[in-house]
Amino acid sequence: MKQIITLTVNKEIYEIAVAPNRTLTQALREDLNLLGTKEGCGIGDCGACTVILDGRPVNSCLILAVQANGSEITTIEGVANGRDLHPLQEAFVEHGAIQCGFCTPGMVLSAKSLIEKNQNPTELEIREALSGNLCRCTGYQKIVEAVKIASENMKK
Amino acid sequence: MKEFNVINSRVPRVDARAKVTGDARYTADLSMPNMLYGALLQSPHAHAKILNIDTSAAKKLIGVKEVVTAKEASPIKFGLSPARYDEMMFCMEKVRYVGDEIAAVAAVDPDTAMEAISLIKVDYEELPAYFNIFDAMKEGAMLIHDDYPGNINAEVHQEFGNVEEAFKQCDYIRTDKFVNKKQDGAFIEPQACLANYDMDGNLILYSSTQAPHYVQRILSMVLNVPIGKVRVVKPYVGGGFGPKASASTLELTACFLSMKTGRPVKMVFNREQVFMHSRARHQFFHELTTGVKKDGTLVALKNTCYLDGGAYSSFGIATIYYAGSLLGAPYKLPNMKYDGYRVCTNTPTCGAQRGHGGVAARAAWEQQLDIIAEELKMDPVEFRLKNIMQRGDVTCNDFNMSSLGMKECLEAVRDGSEWGKKKGKLPKGKGIGVACGFFVSGAGYPIYRSDTFHSTAMIKLSEDGGTADLYTASAEIGQGSDTILSMIAAEAMGIRYENVKIHSGDTDFGVDLGAYSSRQTLMSGHAVKMAGEDVKRQVLGVLSNTLKIPIEDMDIKDGFIIFKKGNVDFSGLRSYYIKEHRGWTDQPAGDKLTFKEAARIAYLEKGVVVGGGAYKPGELGGKYKGATVGTSPAYGCSAQVVEVTVDMETGKITVDNMTDAHDCGFAINRTNVEGQMQGSLSMGLGEALFEEVKFDPNGKVANATLGEYRIPTALDMPNVKTIIVESDEPNGPFGAKEVGEGAIMPTIPAILNAVYDAVGVRINELPITSERIFMALKDKEKK
Ligand code: FES
Ligand code: FES
Repeated sequence: MKQIITLTVNKEIYEIAVAPNRTLTQALREDLNLLGTKEGCGIGDCGACTVILDGRPVNSCLILAVQANGSEITTIEGVANGRDLHPLQEAFVEHGAIQCGFCTPGMVLSAKSLIEKNQNPTELEIREALSGNLCRCTGYQKIVEAVKIASENMKK
Repeated sequence: MKEFNVINSRVPRVDARAKVTGDARYTADLSMPNMLYGALLQSPHAHAKILNIDTSAAKKLIGVKEVVTAKEASPIKFGLSPARYDEMMFCMEKVRYVGDEIAAVAAVDPDTAMEAISLIKVDYEELPAYFNIFDAMKEGAMLIHDDYPGNINAEVHQEFGNVEEAFKQCDYIRTDKFVNKKQDGAFIEPQACLANYDMDGNLILYSSTQAPHYVQRILSMVLNVPIGKVRVVKPYVGGGFGPKASASTLELTACFLSMKTGRPVKMVFNREQVFMHSRARHQFFHELTTGVKKDGTLVALKNTCYLDGGAYSSFGIATIYYAGSLLGAPYKLPNMKYDGYRVCTNTPTCGAQRGHGGVAARAAWEQQLDIIAEELKMDPVEFRLKNIMQRGDVTCNDFNMSSLGMKECLEAVRDGSEWGKKKGKLPKGKGIGVACGFFVSGAGYPIYRSDTFHSTAMIKLSEDGGTADLYTASAEIGQGSDTILSMIAAEAMGIRYENVKIHSGDTDFGVDLGAYSSRQTLMSGHAVKMAGEDVKRQVLGVLSNTLKIPIEDMDIKDGFIIFKKGNVDFSGLRSYYIKEHRGWTDQPAGDKLTFKEAARIAYLEKGVVVGGGAYKPGELGGKYKGATVGTSPAYGCSAQVVEVTVDMETGKITVDNMTDAHDCGFAINRTNVEGQMQGSLSMGLGEALFEEVKFDPNGKVANATLGEYRIPTALDMPNVKTIIVESDEPNGPFGAKEVGEGAIMPTIPAILNAVYDAVGVRINELPITSERIFMALKDKEKK
């Protein structure tokens, strides 16, 4: 039996009917057509599906849509302000933190939730915060650098 | 020093904004009206006869639109190299590995498709299955393919010089064995595709492929659709590293189901299927014998290699050659013998992966060279420098080093890592190691025998002259080719990067063999450069007529026309442009004639301003059998120094520092070059320290998740010091050559050599787990 749930995604309120086994990733991608959230494994290993749920980064593939009922979610589509990139996104673009880009939405959201809590993250803190987000392309270095630079730019 | 406006800079990637905002569309993001979902039935057995397939229950399920097996599908065999086409869309008589495809379903939604799959009943008769090459090669072992006696899929025997004679002149000879494990590509985007066969008989396939051109040919051949009616489009791809370079049953099935149902069909692998499909790194068993003179001169190498290729050939025919041909260089080595055997087993098919065929061989040899240097009491860097090749040298297997900054790379990492201060001086448990690497910059020959161009490009100017649309069939898979090619186009035309709009990854845009063998920068880059120069010549030609100035007295740079002989009165031309451009907001101003104005004038005269370029390497390399594999218009090379800490109690290894230098000929985009180096190093570090595809007793992948199959995380990677060496390759566009794969070569052996320096044990089986170190330390104590 489908169930009606309410999600606030990127500040918009949505009411959708979902089957009990539908994951939050599926609800976002297929019901809300927010395709920026990626699925790399579907079982919580890669972090490509990371979204921010009530202030915490979570693997949306591990959460059932019904469990997210009533919560507030930020996906990659909600990070930029219209045409203005978030400082994290600016830094990712400028400093070569993107290659294939498949891990990028998840990386940005994990990083965003880190710097919202910690405005001065050390390299190790950044690496720890991103350690649940796998990237096969970059070797992480330029991602870590971009997060550091963004955190500094945001203080200015 | 040449002056450039666009290339050799650090401009951001053309696709960075799309990717960072979630706008970039990958194949799994696509859908079409009225679309069906496909699913595959894959074998639970590693080797079994198919006695009967009953699809009746599946067909009856509501929502199922089509069920297909080998009975309905094309019996035409396909694969990678025509000499070994041994795959079929669906298994006919038997299955050869856990995951082999037997049937497929198209249904209205994924759940229904999966349910239908579970309703297909297959009767099997299990056959003896072989999960390693030794069992597969045993006398009397059952053949996995009738065509491969002894389960030997391919053999290669090559000798250059005379190795036995040469060994007689050596002062020191040693033999070592080495083995790696199967590595998975572990790209984060699982394979996906979406096919549509329309009412007019046009087949379009969107696929997460690295090689649209090869996929197009295979679709045409197997499905019997004229090649001109087959279009393969590659949306953004989430990494490939080799395994996505071959046409697959997934792609063929989606197309076939669409042809049968008349509706678009989408199919997506889950992560377990990615592991089962594999096509990733082979397992290599190398035995190397190297002979040297007392003074450290390398004299001869004998290399025997057995490759575990899994169930089918795929890229394996190239792999087996690469496992031999990529050794020798970057050192002067007059005598080399290679015997290679690729063996079929009942495991997922292996194929190409970053550093194709050469990674294990390189690890084995560079470790052995380190041992030899120690025996000769020579510093490993000095030993390597003594034997290094330079620009203009030719290897014994006829590879021409048209550029080679190997010496510069070695010296750069020696100095950049403070080798002299550290080697032999670090406390116990800490170690430093060095290694070199070497790789092709594009396969010199296509995978099928042909005189085809390897890359074509077309540039069309917009009517206002403000935008250059670049069309290429090249494959952006994350490596950055769209950015590199846009930069090359801009530089060649003399315009700004932001005025180039690239359209790529579509077989309708031309011919391009794709993203494999590190070929896009050099080969697609050549075609694009030619197209850009063609456009420039045409624009200047029209300008020359209009202004009555010889072409040679003009140039285009940074979006402006340069009059070499001083000022020219172009006011007539400008007013004409402004009149033409009435009502638009971006009118030209300033005291320089813009490219845009000139291009508009060219348009008004010609109507169509299109430039073309097409590249194929000339005749290259030797004439011996197999000379086509490893022969390349240019070779990249690299050196690396790695520092490690080994916990003497637990054997745990931490990589503390990596210093890497790579000769990419000329860096088109410096940030991208570093990115390729850093990414290569992380894949190498993973393979060295923990990556290993494991199998259960039935031949099923036992760790088919990204949790159990561990790849490096942000916490595993140290910061890498990247040093770009530029040797100006004469056969490359603007002097550029590869960086995408060669950079991985030195990583594993540099780690191995550092581990030895730290704890005094040599490990000749990957991955270098704590357990292996611990056991080796125990063994050493005993001695
Ligand atoms: S898709 Fe959710 S963690 Fe991989
Ligand atoms: S950029 Fe490709 S996985 Fe991170």
